[in-house]
Amino acid sequence: MVDPGKIVRTSNVADRPAVEKGGRILSALIFGLCFGFLLQKGGVGKYHVLIGQLLLQDFTVVKVMLTAIVVGMIGIFTLHRFAQVNLHIKPTRIGSNIIGGLIFGAGFALIGYCPGTVAAALGQGNYDGLFAMAGLVIGSFVYAEFSKTLKATVEKWGDKGKLMLPEALHISRAVFIPFFVLLLVGVLVGLARFTVR
Amino acid sequence: MKRFRPIALLGTACIAALMPVSMSAAEIVVDARQYPGPAWSPYLVGALLGVLSWLTFYFSDKPIGASSFYATLAGMIGKLVAKKHTESLAYYKTNPPVADWEFAFVIAAVGGAFIAAFSGGELTGQWLPPMWEARFGEGTLGLRAAVAIFGGMSMAFGARLAGGCTSGHGISGTLQLSVGSWIAVVCFFIGGIAVAMLLFAQ
Repeated sequence: MVDPGKIVRTSNVADRPAVEKGGRILSALIFGLCFGFLLQKGGVGKYHVLIGQLLLQDFTVVKVMLTAIVVGMIGIFTLHRFAQVNLHIKPTRIGSNIIGGLIFGAGFALIGYCPGTVAAALGQGNYDGLFAMAGLVIGSFVYAEFSKTLKATVEKWGDKGKLMLPEALHISRAVFIPFFVLLLVGVLVGLARFTVR
Repeated sequence: MKRFRPIALLGTACIAALMPVSMSAAEIVVDARQYPGPAWSPYLVGALLGVLSWLTFYFSDKPIGASSFYATLAGMIGKLVAKKHTESLAYYKTNPPVADWEFAFVIAAVGGAFIAAFSGGELTGQWLPPMWEARFGEGTLGLRAAVAIFGGMSMAFGARLAGGCTSGHGISGTLQLSVGSWIAVVCFFIGGIAVAMLLFAQ
């Protein structure tokens, strides 16, 4: 299927490459500033909020994430429908998604921050974020060292390409998205009703 | 049958990971809710993060993400120490370590969080989080450093293997309905809950 967003955006970019490049770094700084600001205000730069989520005591993290997913999904697919944005779907590789995900989760519990929220933690004055960041840099290089082997083995297990939920379930996007939004809103309402924080 | 194999795989992983959780859940004595919660409503912050994702897609043609920042930084340091070796690695062949959009995005996030904490009177200036001290004792900076560095290593390794982090998969991937992102984020929480329960069980 032709991606309608891609055609429009590509032609826009080609018209003004120099502006696009200069604007990109500035936009990264502005949006990054907003991102860190929101993470801190959302409390997810705090060790006890993140660990509290993993101990199933404090549901702030899930509330922030699910609301962002619902609002983001509605906007991105509407913009995409009118050919204003490109989708950036990461490939589904079931083996490495599961194994990498579980290893990531173990690290998440040990640190108490994640790669984005550790920036917020450091910004608000949690200096222990520096240790986590050092570990993140080392771990990234360790992955790179083994990347050739991993790409040839684990990352080939269950490689489904850029698979999306509606296609996997054989439902059209126009039907799936409203239904899924309702489902996620239902979960959020349940969380609001039954959790203390 | 073939369509159900991933579900069966995920189910097995869930059960395996949740066994230690169910055994230790009763013994957790530290309560995260005795410490201050978020300054703003999590729903408001979540909605604004959703709007921010519209803006990054529209203006920068980029999804929000964080973990590749550390891979880029690691590659830049690697190039200073051992240029040829770093450039020969498969990951850096496809992802050359040059400061890009996400690099600037994460650095700016530190500044944004500082502004938020400063404006809200929430600057902490601490080496050990209070909940860590309540569990592992005061003055345990050495232990914290070792655990955080090891945790960071496994987190980054896992993020690269899974293809993203709590931002790239957990928000940007899931909102685009990527199957792999939903699998990854569920596994982030399964792994995280299991290990956190073991760490905080007394």
